[in-house]
Amino acid sequence: MPRVSFEHIVKKFGEVMVLNSLNLAVDDGDFLVLLGPSGCGKTTLLNLLAGLSDVTSGRIMIGNRDVTELDPKDRRLAMVFQSYALYPTKTVRGNLRFGLSASKLPQEEIEKRIAWAADMLQIGPLMDRRPAQLSGGQRQRVAIGRALVKHADVLLFDEPLSNLDAKLRTEMRMEIKKLHEELNPTVVYVTHDQIEAMTMATRIAIMNGGKIEQFGTPDDVYERPANLFVAGFIGSPSMNLLPATVEPGGQARLADGSPLDMSAYAFGAVPPPGTALMAGLRPEHFALAGPAEAACRFTLKVRHIERTGSDVMLALAFGEATLTVRAAPADAGHLRTGDPVSVQFPKDRLNLFDAGSGRRI
Amino acid sequence: MTETSSPPAGTVMFPRPKKRIRGRSIAILVFLTMAALFFCIPLYVLVTTSFKTMDQIREGAIFSLPEVWTFEAWRYAWDEACSGITCEGLKRGFVNSLEILFPSLIASIAISAVTGYALALWSVRWAGGFLFLLFLCAFVPFQIIMYPLIVITVNMGIYGSIWAVAFIHTVLAMPVLTLIFRNYYKDIPPDIIKAAVMDNGSFWRIFIEIILPMSGNILIVVLIMQITSIWNDYLIGVTFGGLGAQPMTVNLANMVTVTTGTVSYNVNMAAALQTAIPPLVIYFVLGKFFVEGIAAGAVKG
Ligand SMILES: Nc1ncnc2c1ncn2[C@@H]1O[C@H](COP(=O)(O)OP(=O)(O)OP(=O)(O)O)[C@@H](O)[C@H]1O
Ligand SMILES: [Mg+2]
Repeated sequence: MPRVSFEHIVKKFGEVMVLNSLNLAVDDGDFLVLLGPSGCGKTTLLNLLAGLSDVTSGRIMIGNRDVTELDPKDRRLAMVFQSYALYPTKTVRGNLRFGLSASKLPQEEIEKRIAWAADMLQIGPLMDRRPAQLSGGQRQRVAIGRALVKHADVLLFDEPLSNLDAKLRTEMRMEIKKLHEELNPTVVYVTHDQIEAMTMATRIAIMNGGKIEQFGTPDDVYERPANLFVAGFIGSPSMNLLPATVEPGGQARLADGSPLDMSAYAFGAVPPPGTALMAGLRPEHFALAGPAEAACRFTLKVRHIERTGSDVMLALAFGEATLTVRAAPADAGHLRTGDPVSVQFPKDRLNLFDAGSGRRI
Repeated sequence: MTETSSPPAGTVMFPRPKKRIRGRSIAILVFLTMAALFFCIPLYVLVTTSFKTMDQIREGAIFSLPEVWTFEAWRYAWDEACSGITCEGLKRGFVNSLEILFPSLIASIAISAVTGYALALWSVRWAGGFLFLLFLCAFVPFQIIMYPLIVITVNMGIYGSIWAVAFIHTVLAMPVLTLIFRNYYKDIPPDIIKAAVMDNGSFWRIFIEIILPMSGNILIVVLIMQITSIWNDYLIGVTFGGLGAQPMTVNLANMVTVTTGTVSYNVNMAAALQTAIPPLVIYFVLGKFFVEGIAAGAVKG
């Protein structure tokens, strides 16, 4: 029932247009991640949903309730903040209880919910401590607990893990994911960490400059980026984008003159010959000794090598540009800077974009 | 020789230069001592004289200790000394001062804390202009608005009562106190307020349950400021208090200046000390928190 939808949302700060006619809808039980570069309007969008700031125009619906003009406390939302935002003078129990203070629940129901949240998040032994006496991870748990006790229709998270160290972040990520699977609330989660987005989301909305660039499942976004911005933004290291020109017969030619076989590509509409393209090749899809069915193959000099342990990142000299290729240490371990190396790219992994509009073809 | 005193192999020592008293620090010490004496000598004279008999005082050795320690001057100043035509001692003024202090303390702090909270954490229309106005008000000299204020209190029918004095204290303190509270609350992390607005949303519940418990430091600072300034005030008391509602300071001044016959130095000094003691007690009791409060206000977060 609580389907969250934003309809033609416009948000201006004075003269500055931050969100321009944004539309987005999330289904019940979805885990929506808002992902985008800094300053693209993620927090603004979340604050609008929470009622912490007012829309300039547009409508926000939760289920079939129009919440645009409602007070924050009446929207049946709960939010977890990046800074935890625990009440410093209240104990953990007091923090959870204040979360329910507007709900007019009977006392025993309040106690029951607090006990339930404490149990679920394993913060039972901490109930009588103040926030200052907790570690970062524990504070985060309490903040999540304060959101959970409300049994809100929609849970909002604004970069909740960015203050934690890498290991704790991974743990909390799993835990939030697990909570979502058990309780199945609708979640709107803001982050600029791609890994968080890819692992937790059931839906990702990629934002840029106050617009939604793409909305889809994590696989969609990764496998079939809708435009050049998403292609460049998702994936680490990011996708190689090479200019090419369409030739007759399902072929194209790259800038260095080498052919590109597009015969396995699922075109929306086949572009006429002469069209300028951008070919997107993910570093991790290259093969050193690969299939015969290659879209393209190059023999290039190694400009730079980066070993991460599990992988080897090769930066190859593609004319002036650089082509990034990820390889297994077993295949690339012997390579040195300046060595020539042959790489090929599988036909079925190609991404093609119109060079003019930036859209996927 | 050096071998024996050197630390075990492997540890590296960075010897610190010995602290040495140099010319500059001597100059500072001399200055500080003189400053201390400047304050201590009159205080010494004040305290010892208040315990002397008039007979000893007439001998003229002002630095000598009392031959007989007597509380007679203290008792007389408190109970019997005349100020103007009434001869009831300082106790009348003391009670008046307390009766002025409590209402104006509670009203000024309560009102300006809530106003500061609203200005800092809620979106108030014209908040910027209002703050600027407060800022200007805080610098208007009292003398300029004294006459209008007298007219106002006369029209309110409270002129010449302790309520007039308390009312004026409250009104005059409000601009500065509101600015102080507003600046203190402005540094509360905005996420805490956002969370509270989503959790509860009530202006008063949030103030009482979340904000007030976080204001301990600033409350102490403001409390001390207000107690001291209200207690030590003379001008407002003499202007608005009339005859029956004069605070202790006015009482004291009348007692010291209007005397017939010989000047009873011991009684005057005892009276001065009695008037000065209440704020001193507050300093000693709350002083530690006061320093902490100022330090906490200086560092954000
Ligand atoms: N109160 C404000 N007044 C004016 N401009 C604002 C205000 N709040 C945000 N902005 C602007 O709106 C834009 C979006 O801000 P927002 O905080 O939503 O970004 P974000 O996507 O959350 O970024 P980040 O990932 O860095 O948190 C930014 O360009 C910011 O400068
Ligand atoms: Mg943000």
